[in-house]
Amino acid sequence: MTSRRLPQYKPYLTGTLFILPAFVLFAVFIFIPLVYGFVMSFTDYGGFNVKANFIGFDNYTKLFKDDYFIVSLKNNLVYTVLFVPLTMLLALLAAIALNSILHLRKYLRMAFYFPQITSMVSIAIVWALLFNPMSGPINHMLEAIGIANPPQWLMSSKWALIAIVVVAVWKSFGYYMIILLAGIQGIPTHLYESARLDGANRFKQFLYITLPSLSPTLFMVLILTIINSFQVFDLVSVMTDGGPGRSTNVLVFRIYQEAFVNYRMGYSAAMSTVLFLIIMIISLIQFRLEKKWVTY
Amino acid sequence: MMDVTTKSKWGKLASYLLLIVLVAFSIATLFPFLWMISTSLRTDVDLFNNPMNWIPSKLYLHNYQEVWTAIPFGRYFLNTLKLSVIITILQVVICSMAAYAFAKLKVPFKQTIFILFMTNLMMPWHSIMVPQFAIVSKLDLYNTHTGYVLIQLFSGFGIFLMRQFFLSLPNELNEAARVDGLSEWKIFWRIIMPLSAPSLSTFAIFTFTFMWNDYLAPLIYLNDDLLKTLQLGLKVFQTEHTMDYGLLMAGTVFATIPMVIVFLIGERFFIQSVATTGMKN
Repeated sequence: MTSRRLPQYKPYLTGTLFILPAFVLFAVFIFIPLVYGFVMSFTDYGGFNVKANFIGFDNYTKLFKDDYFIVSLKNNLVYTVLFVPLTMLLALLAAIALNSILHLRKYLRMAFYFPQITSMVSIAIVWALLFNPMSGPINHMLEAIGIANPPQWLMSSKWALIAIVVVAVWKSFGYYMIILLAGIQGIPTHLYESARLDGANRFKQFLYITLPSLSPTLFMVLILTIINSFQVFDLVSVMTDGGPGRSTNVLVFRIYQEAFVNYRMGYSAAMSTVLFLIIMIISLIQFRLEKKWVTY
Repeated sequence: MMDVTTKSKWGKLASYLLLIVLVAFSIATLFPFLWMISTSLRTDVDLFNNPMNWIPSKLYLHNYQEVWTAIPFGRYFLNTLKLSVIITILQVVICSMAAYAFAKLKVPFKQTIFILFMTNLMMPWHSIMVPQFAIVSKLDLYNTHTGYVLIQLFSGFGIFLMRQFFLSLPNELNEAARVDGLSEWKIFWRIIMPLSAPSLSTFAIFTFTFMWNDYLAPLIYLNDDLLKTLQLGLKVFQTEHTMDYGLLMAGTVFATIPMVIVFLIGERFFIQSVATTGMKN
């Protein structure tokens, strides 16, 4: 790659210039905020040009006595526990099914992926109407099949979070389906051929070849869906605004409210640190466990 | 690809049954969109009187006219288009340049910088949005399109994607061009970039979709009504017209159409960008 005729510094200079714009943007808008956020979490900063004071660990001690924050964390965990397995199951079933049919594969892949390309805001508005307990088609359908008292969905503190999970799963399973489909199609054909020669049926082929070969991809999808589940915001903001009561208030929504509605930036920075730590722990677990699976 | 042709009669029957189930499921998946279009073409009176009649008896187009006057839809639309296009172009150029340097040029501390950049893939933007906002407002860029554009220009995913592609190009290409006396800048623009069209399209479509649909960042950064984007406008519209089903749905149809067009044109690039996510690890 080096040309000996050039002076030594020249190639480095060119490379540095090529990286410079990205580096400056990264430094100013990602790296500095990361460090600054950590510092901010020890202050009572209120936003804009308000003077901030250092208050030590106050924000953090307050955080774990703050009911509202704990509720949002709990809601988020419930969301994660529902969203992750449902999305993965649906994505896996769809990927396996698409892989084993010969017709309409392109159409079906497109249909399942389609919700992914539309904006969260648009589909949240549509689903809010679909879920409307009085005039929405979902309860009309439920009544038509004989369910007398269908749930009040977004107006019920028991069902609102579940309704949001339904929309989130519907929106994202197609995306993970494509990742899994690519994984399934990457499994060498000869594995299946020799299994067939040994007389293994389709179910056994799935159990002993597809699943183990797919485990790195499945694991990655697991991590991606978990991380994704801690970023839910748009659906909550449009469909329920965190309500009824606090029943759909999730972590990012809480951070948003504290920072941009109540202007308690220092306090919300402490919440952001918690979010950051959660994601980092998940990523580290991924890093540790991945070594067991991936063979280079 | 796995060969799954089933030869037996029962196998064939089972695969047709599976196909029927899948088609039914796909209709269920698309139902919200079908309902959205159907509702946008009806009067609210018609909707409340015959809620289960999903196929409108008479097409009612008035909602589509009214939505343009009910909110400054045109302005939101143009703002979104402008921001999405500018961000897509700048992000693709800036990240491709960096990716090229990582793949083919000499950079001091190359490995360290690359790893630092890639932490961006693991770290959700939400965890830095508050301090980032504080920095942007200190730079006096709050409530400006410039501020919103600047925070979006770096993409760890884009750099990763393009670097993978550039690494697959033979080094002989650069060497031959260097022997011909071309500067690195010219090699990049005249030789490398034209060769990268498929990867660049994947990257551009990924960014464009994301920007078109972005909601939280505009919500935080764009306060002035003149600056607002389509997604913000839709949200305000929803709050003001909770029960105007037809009007609301006409608005969401308008907001969705550009994405549908982009999707139909570039479907394979969409699929490519998702499959790359799978490649990442």
